[in-house]
Amino acid sequence: MNAIEIKNLVKTYKGGVKALKGVDLCVAQGDFFALLGANGAGKTTLIGILTGLVNKTGGQVKIFGNDIDVDFEGAKKSIGVVPQEFNFHMFERVQDIVVNQAGYFGIDDSIAVRDSEGILKRVGLWEKRRAIARTLSGGMKRRLMIARGLIHHPRMLILDEPTAGVDVELRHGMWEYLRHINAQGTTILLTTHYLEEVEQMCRNCAIIKEGEIVLLDNVRHLLTRMPQDTYRVTLKERISLEKAQAFNAVKVDDHTLDIEIKKREELNEVILRLAQSGFVITDFHPKGNRLEKLFLEIVSK
Amino acid sequence: MKREYYIALKTILRKETTRILRIWTQTLLPPLITQTLYFVIFGKFIGSQVRSINGIGYMAFIVPGLVMMAVISSAYGNVVASFYGAKFQRNIEEILVSPTPDWVVITGYVLGGIVRGVLVGVLVFAVSLCFAHPMVTHAWAVVLFTLLSSILFSLAALINGIFARNFDEVAFFQNFILTPLIYLGGVFYSIHSLPKVWQEISLYNPLVYMVNGFRYGFFGFSDVDPGVCLLILLGLTVVLTCINLFLFKKGIGLKN
Ligand SMILES: Nc1ncnc2c1ncn2[C@@H]1O[C@H](COP(=O)(O)OP(=O)(O)O)[C@@H](O)[C@H]1O
Ligand SMILES: [Mg+2]
Repeated sequence: MNAIEIKNLVKTYKGGVKALKGVDLCVAQGDFFALLGANGAGKTTLIGILTGLVNKTGGQVKIFGNDIDVDFEGAKKSIGVVPQEFNFHMFERVQDIVVNQAGYFGIDDSIAVRDSEGILKRVGLWEKRRAIARTLSGGMKRRLMIARGLIHHPRMLILDEPTAGVDVELRHGMWEYLRHINAQGTTILLTTHYLEEVEQMCRNCAIIKEGEIVLLDNVRHLLTRMPQDTYRVTLKERISLEKAQAFNAVKVDDHTLDIEIKKREELNEVILRLAQSGFVITDFHPKGNRLEKLFLEIVSK
Repeated sequence: MKREYYIALKTILRKETTRILRIWTQTLLPPLITQTLYFVIFGKFIGSQVRSINGIGYMAFIVPGLVMMAVISSAYGNVVASFYGAKFQRNIEEILVSPTPDWVVITGYVLGGIVRGVLVGVLVFAVSLCFAHPMVTHAWAVVLFTLLSSILFSLAALINGIFARNFDEVAFFQNFILTPLIYLGGVFYSIHSLPKVWQEISLYNPLVYMVNGFRYGFFGFSDVDPGVCLLILLGLTVVLTCINLFLFKKGIGLKN
């Protein structure tokens, strides 16, 4: 069975913005699926329709076989959602927010209180259970929303840009947790505009651009189609033009190079060669958004 | 009722009650102070110069009206503030993404309005005992009209909360519609003391039926027949319930 089946989904906002222009999409049960797209592509709109926050203009949506036009209640039961923006009551206590959400899903208090302990511990918020939500840090707020989305043990968890504003260390912890619940059988759909997130976690992905799905692929396969990366390297020492050319690099200024790398494995080699030539690297980062490049690549085809 | 619906309803009600008690200085205290001032100024200072109405002293006469006024503005204020607040902070989405049916959400917020209306009503009534000793002739009518009025104004508040796009639009209805209706609803006078034209105009004010039904419960008489009051209020309740169900179903003011 498919977790999500979307046919010809259309959304036109009041004022005429066409956010979705006939989207077809299937997500298999148990999948770890990424919906990739730039800002304004329509990701949040799509999720809003799946979760009952946005009215669709046309098309059909089925969640685990439940058509949302026929049995939205049934469909909603199997979804947990972690929205893009914080949407809990800022003056409520952490555990109350989670337990109340269980209540809206018809789960008994005693069970909700018991389950919230496990989930809050797992996301590292148990010590904060009596804290007023407003006093949490950004990363904690995000984790609170994950706990809230999981309290009714949904068959599918939907996350809208879950790692936006979350620092690197926490991001890896979150990925690990999501992998864990996916391994337990929960289908996961997440939206992102970080390609790294997709590479690290997801099995399948779709790219949405201006309200249309422009590509649907297996992540591993997609990565082979990745355009090469350019890295910007800053060196402590000055570098001459010849030296730069020897590294196949474009010299930006006396201390800065742009180096093209075709495969990830080449990274190590480049760094090693620079170091062996006596250069000290003070900064090293990918230049430009690979997703943007990928878009250009795909769209130009 | 399905067990899940019952739990969802209980959750909404618990959340509302917690909110009322948490911010009691905003929810319970103000009406208590205002109504006490009314008792002092209208009842004691001015009332001593007003003749008794149907043998009831003026101070005792205004008790039901002042209690009713506190009940409905508290019920109204609770629902509109809580619901609009939930929309503003977007935590209403917690309920919208859940399988809770619309009628359960509506009932939950209305129950919240009743809780605050009744709490404030009881408090104001207790204060009134310091000033007058109004009798209670028909307790059932007192209870019934308290509940019906809380329900009616909670439903109206919900519609206000659904349409409101900012806090000004929340305040607008309270300042420019609710307050005049209350003052013109016969809280401080018997509508029979008005000129004929104004008596007839008053009959379009739902507050008249609430105050009079309520007053009937206390004194056993009223300007308008209590049966008529009951029917009109029940009718209005049905109408406002249907409007709310329709607005929720369409997602007006809640979904894009
Ligand atoms: N409430 C709204 N009213 C009108 N237009 C909207 C609304 N929400 C989103 N849009 C528009 O719809 C398009 C898709 O937005 P969104 O779904 O938020 O994209 P994403 O989540 O991919 O960044 C954008 O052009 C955005 O401006
Ligand atoms: Mg978005």
